[in-house]
Amino acid sequence: MMNKLAAPFLALLLLAAAGTAAAAGGADVRLEPAPINRLDSASMQRGARTFVNYCLSCHSAKYMRYNRLTEIGVDAAMIQDNLMFASDKIGNQMTIAMTARDAKAWFGAPPPDLTVESRVRGADWLYNYFLGFYKDDASASGWNNLVFPNVGMPHVLWKQAGVGRLVSTEYRNHEEALAAAIAVKGLAVLAPAKDHKYVVETIAVDEPGAMTPAQYKVMVADLVNFLDFMGEPAKNRRINLGIIVLLYLGVLFVFAYWMKREYWKDVH
Amino acid sequence: MDKILNWIDDRFPLTALWESQWGKYVAPKNFNFWYYFGSLAALVLVLQILTGIFLTMNYKPDAAKAFESVEYIMRDVNGGWIIRYMHSTGASMFFVVVYLHMFRGLMYGSYRKPRELTWIFGCIIYLALMGEAFFGYLLPWGQMSYWGAQVIVNLFSAVPIVGEDLGIWIRGDYTISDITLNRFFAFHVIAVPLVLVGLVAAHLMALHETGSNNPDGIEIKKQPKDPATGLPLDGIYSHPYYSVKDIMGVVVFLAVFSVIMFFVPDMGGYFLEANNFVPADPLKTPVHIAPVWYFTPYYAMLRAVPSLFGSQFWGVVVMGAAVMIFFALPWLDRGAVKSIRYRGPTYKAWLAAFVVSFLVLGYLGVVPVTVWGQFPENWPLVGTADCATVVSRVLTVVYFLFFLLMPWYTARDRTKPVPERVTG
Repeated sequence: MMNKLAAPFLALLLLAAAGTAAAAGGADVRLEPAPINRLDSASMQRGARTFVNYCLSCHSAKYMRYNRLTEIGVDAAMIQDNLMFASDKIGNQMTIAMTARDAKAWFGAPPPDLTVESRVRGADWLYNYFLGFYKDDASASGWNNLVFPNVGMPHVLWKQAGVGRLVSTEYRNHEEALAAAIAVKGLAVLAPAKDHKYVVETIAVDEPGAMTPAQYKVMVADLVNFLDFMGEPAKNRRINLGIIVLLYLGVLFVFAYWMKREYWKDVH
Repeated sequence: MDKILNWIDDRFPLTALWESQWGKYVAPKNFNFWYYFGSLAALVLVLQILTGIFLTMNYKPDAAKAFESVEYIMRDVNGGWIIRYMHSTGASMFFVVVYLHMFRGLMYGSYRKPRELTWIFGCIIYLALMGEAFFGYLLPWGQMSYWGAQVIVNLFSAVPIVGEDLGIWIRGDYTISDITLNRFFAFHVIAVPLVLVGLVAAHLMALHETGSNNPDGIEIKKQPKDPATGLPLDGIYSHPYYSVKDIMGVVVFLAVFSVIMFFVPDMGGYFLEANNFVPADPLKTPVHIAPVWYFTPYYAMLRAVPSLFGSQFWGVVVMGAAVMIFFALPWLDRGAVKSIRYRGPTYKAWLAAFVVSFLVLGYLGVVPVTVWGQFPENWPLVGTADCATVVSRVLTVVYFLFFLLMPWYTARDRTKPVPERVTG
């Protein structure tokens, strides 16, 4: 017995929500979707290794306990032998020795804690961030980033990734620029330039690193997959439980509906 | 069993209370889709209180520990993430349900004589709920919590003369600080919930005194009684009829609730904002501060009102008036009929304009004012103002005209005759 007014009203609500999602302004940062999979625990394990080796000296993950890594299929002995210092206990959180004060002096701003970074930035942003580094002699660290301009962090994975160069191409109008940005099939920034022109900025790797670009992308995807897990360790449990709850409510609805229909038979 | 019940009834009016409030409460038989939201609001209130109790067992209202303790709940407390997502989803769903419940009242004239007090209690509940949401939003101590609270408290600081002191009085400090967090915690977990529960009881008692309105706006109490049952012709007992119907509604609502809570708990950043996963930093103002979605229509109004006589206070006045004007509704409406089913085209058009204004203002409150660009230079009147600001101003005026012109347009509307008996 849906009221005649209900449908258009709810449609309006949905419309408002959809319109909100489409709003944006300034440069159009076109991110490459992160190829991550919440069920691929091997990928998360590789990501955890990368995280511990390359990130966990400057960035902490202070809400994350080492023993939580058992949830991605690493057993306690492996965690203790491969992923943590011998002095730490397995129930400890992933903290670092660097103080915020030193960090501020060295990097300009203390590197943020990364426990919930995936919830702040989103997986796609993080993935493209690692693909967005390029050489910039004007910056203090010698590096800059297409996704996070003037970031204080140097390109920690440059030995694997190689040295990127910023490629900036100017186009006469928005249509041509957009077509070029789409043709990149990856990270590209579309920004307005002088005289109603547009530029498309991408990264080209000049000096290859130890890895091929494809291998490096897998490494980054693994790392992002791990960061995504760390942002919400309960995610897989949440989704699994959700399916069970909905099935239960579906069955319950059948009985609730029958009961209602049975009682309401005598209302005319 | 009967003996126990009799023993109690001799000492406390348990049966009488149950029968007057629900068991033998006679309701119109033609409630439709819109009548689910009252019971659903009560359900969400209970859900919020229960999950809130469990959250307080592990949450620490301390600026140095609050953010950490929320992550502790999400990670280390058994089932903590379920409780927290229920509470955060519940907060937004509370407003969804309450807005739909209020819209029902608007459509069917439920606020009109003799139900003015039910409506007024409802309006106070709405105010209390806004306070409850505002106080609660500070507790996770993320960037949006902090700066959102900063912005709202600064509204009070815009009051002429006493504003500055008023702001300090509310915060207990010169900025939002640990002291503010502690007092907001006290308001959120005990003061406001206590008031809310009392008000809900009053809301229900007033309703059960006058009897419910219905989609036809007919007073069933004025109908002749059915000789067989002794009830009004279109009346049925709430129990079991609406008990079983509401149970069905509850199951559907819980399914919607579960889809959000288990599959999209952030709701794309509307229920849990991405920036709120960054701990509060008093030295770093976020680029874009927007309140949570349920406050955005009023926030858009606040931003739309220009500064007059060197004071931002007028925006605050407009925002406050936009909420308070709901109280006057029973006396603004002079229509010959209650329900939209028998209203004329003028009322329907105004109600539609009001709903559109509310929704578009809600959207504009979320996005930056530059969202639709600026007017070109040669436009008259608007100059090169932001399009979104001008639209917000127009819609704010429409919002208020819906109320302020109501005495005239409802009295003159071409209404249709109201039938004796309820229709389908």
